[in-house]
Amino acid sequence: MELKDFIANFAEQFDETDVNEFKPETVFHDLEEYSSLVALSIIAMINEEYDVTLKGDDMSAAVTIEDLFNIVKSKM
Amino acid sequence: MSSISVKNIAIKGMAGCVPERVEENRNYPGMTAEEIQKYIAATGVERRHCAIHDGSICTSDLCQKAAEKLLTDLGWDKSEIDLLIFVSHTTDYKLPATGIVLQDKMGIPTSCLAFDITLGCSGFLVGLGVMGNLMASGSFRKGLLMVGNTQSEYASPEDRSMKLLLGDAGTVTAIEYDPNSKDEVNITYMSDGSGRQFVILPDGGSRNPVNEKSFIMEDCGGGIRRTRLHEKMIGDEVFSYGTHFIPKVYEEMRSKFNIEPDEVDYLLLHQANKFLCEKLRKKLKFPPEKVPYNIQEFGNTSGATIPLLMITELQKELYDRQLNMLAATIGVGFSLGVAQIKTHGGIIVPDLMYL
Repeated sequence: MELKDFIANFAEQFDETDVNEFKPETVFHDLEEYSSLVALSIIAMINEEYDVTLKGDDMSAAVTIEDLFNIVKSKM
Repeated sequence: MSSISVKNIAIKGMAGCVPERVEENRNYPGMTAEEIQKYIAATGVERRHCAIHDGSICTSDLCQKAAEKLLTDLGWDKSEIDLLIFVSHTTDYKLPATGIVLQDKMGIPTSCLAFDITLGCSGFLVGLGVMGNLMASGSFRKGLLMVGNTQSEYASPEDRSMKLLLGDAGTVTAIEYDPNSKDEVNITYMSDGSGRQFVILPDGGSRNPVNEKSFIMEDCGGGIRRTRLHEKMIGDEVFSYGTHFIPKVYEEMRSKFNIEPDEVDYLLLHQANKFLCEKLRKKLKFPPEKVPYNIQEFGNTSGATIPLLMITELQKELYDRQLNMLAATIGVGFSLGVAQIKTHGGIIVPDLMYL
């Protein structure tokens, strides 16, 4: 699994946020469009693409997109 | 995963009853109009039928009204009923079992076997499996499976994740022993109590008896406040679990019972919320026209959603033709089930009733 692809998949769960805003160090909880619904879409995407089941705690523990990537990687 | 296959039974009729009283989600005072619109778009729930929870309308009352009408339409005599199973988390009393209360209130003979099963969203599929297996041997001839909940009672008024989601409903399914029946019920189950912390009403049982702290409104983050006597749901955990494990239970059921998805008429999804249902529909690869919804009118009615879907969306078809249906549910526990239900027309389904 590549970080670049993960970020692309991550960005696809957003409708309005500019794609250039998604970087490894992006603090995604601070993105204006981030909501509980977007969080669910991300959980579903991770489940579909990587067959990893995230806990709600995992989403809150991750600060940046790269943190989340590392959590997913550790569960694969 | 455990699987069962039930034969020698026939589903003869189904009926449902909901409270007349309607709560419009657009009228909820705790959110802005824009927030409510977003909520409705995500969950699909526009309004819900909810009782006033003062003891005047209990789940058993909804089930009883549905059952009295269904028995009349079927032409069944109450003296013939020898099995009554009531599946709910909202019972009349902590004890005795509500099924036994209903035996007396409905005038069903004391010779019947009546009992309760305490389950939520998976209630219909578990109840159908239990009743089907008890009846398949011919030990019982006519059974009433009552599945419902008046769980809007458990939602904190300051918890929009529950308050705007939960509706009340009671249903009844009439099942008959029939060795010549072509009906088939195949079900695969999964139970995982490690998920109990994610959908729970913490206090009031033997584990956490009611005490003065049970009544304190606690700040739970995200603008949500509830007491320990309200139902708590961690929605993203349920979502994550459901989108992962329902497809796995489905695959197990599909291979075990050689199910050809193209031959399936309808996939009936537990009306949890539209966002989860749509994710599941796409994962299970069913087109929209095969997956009916009524969540917009009734919200999440827990174990009643699948029979309620059949009653409101398939009323005519259940009578007119044979149907090959799948049903999938995840709920409190966690308790999961995926079923194939094959019927052969002639099923009596009166119009939805109101109380």
